Amino acid sequence: MPTYAELNVGDELPTITRNMGRLQLVQYAAGSGDFNPLHYDADFPQAKALGDNIVHGRMKYAALGECVSNWLNHSGHIITIGCQYRGMDMRGANFTIGGKVIGKREENDQRLVDLELWTVTDDGKVTTPGTATVALKA
Amino acid sequence: MAAEFTLTSEMSATIGKESTPYPVEFTTTGIRAFARGVGYTDPVYFDSEAAKAAGYSSLPAPPCYLGVPIFIPAKSDLTYGQPLQPNAPRLSHGLPNVLDGGTSVTYARLPVAGDTLYFTSQISGLDAKESKSLGKMLVISNKQTFRDASGDVVMTVDAQSIWY
Repeated sequence: MPTYAELNVGDELPTITRNMGRLQLVQYAAGSGDFNPLHYDADFPQAKALGDNIVHGRMKYAALGECVSNWLNHSGHIITIGCQYRGMDMRGANFTIGGKVIGKREENDQRLVDLELWTVTDDGKVTTPGTATVALKA
Repeated sequence: MAAEFTLTSEMSATIGKESTPYPVEFTTTGIRAFARGVGYTDPVYFDSEAAKAAGYSSLPAPPCYLGVPIFIPAKSDLTYGQPLQPNAPRLSHGLPNVLDGGTSVTYARLPVAGDTLYFTSQISGLDAKESKSLGKMLVISNKQTFRDASGDVVMTVDAQSIWY
């Protein structure tokens, strides 16, 4: 993790690639408390209509958080993080979580860094655009 | 097949009505289960010693983890686990399917294992929209405020759900 002084607008965060099978989707359901069958039951009518089970939007949101957390490595904390669920990610399809620095500013004795975040499918479709602001310790 | 739906003044009247506080616990087991479900490998979210070495008093909540509301079958939604509070704003819109639209959390501080927070929720906006693939949709915006036992705000959440 670079220090505030070392960071530059445009710097990219290390990416994570995920492929959610039914086991991982059930593990996420258990961890989050969201047992909507859309995410793990192949026979659920909404899943049949959509073509397969889909990854929980909030799992992708948490994965954006994981990308930021891995990059921060506990040398700072998240002040705000948000996203929109623009496209579905299907069970068993790769998606990659990434981010980049879009701004840095010092406010109220805090070293703040603004991030753009995303999940993107293998064919280049951004399904979960987001933003975050973090405060760095150094 | 698009469902028929009209935004009524009765629905709009629910905007801004805040529910009573409901407890949500952050526990070591709950945090591990969430971190496992997301796919974390960072030991700070699993191992209390690693968490302490990183400067936390106990396992920290992974970013975007809002805890799991205390589940009691007669008081909780059986699918989503959200509390079925008698005074919570409720809409009879008749739309059968739901997708998440977006989520944003702002932290005053990060919850850690051992915290019990109390959250309230309110509908902050209703929008009727139309999509080519899903037909008529209702976008419900919701605001949740999580406070600790002394009433201090720990985090606020803005979320949208899309019904169609």
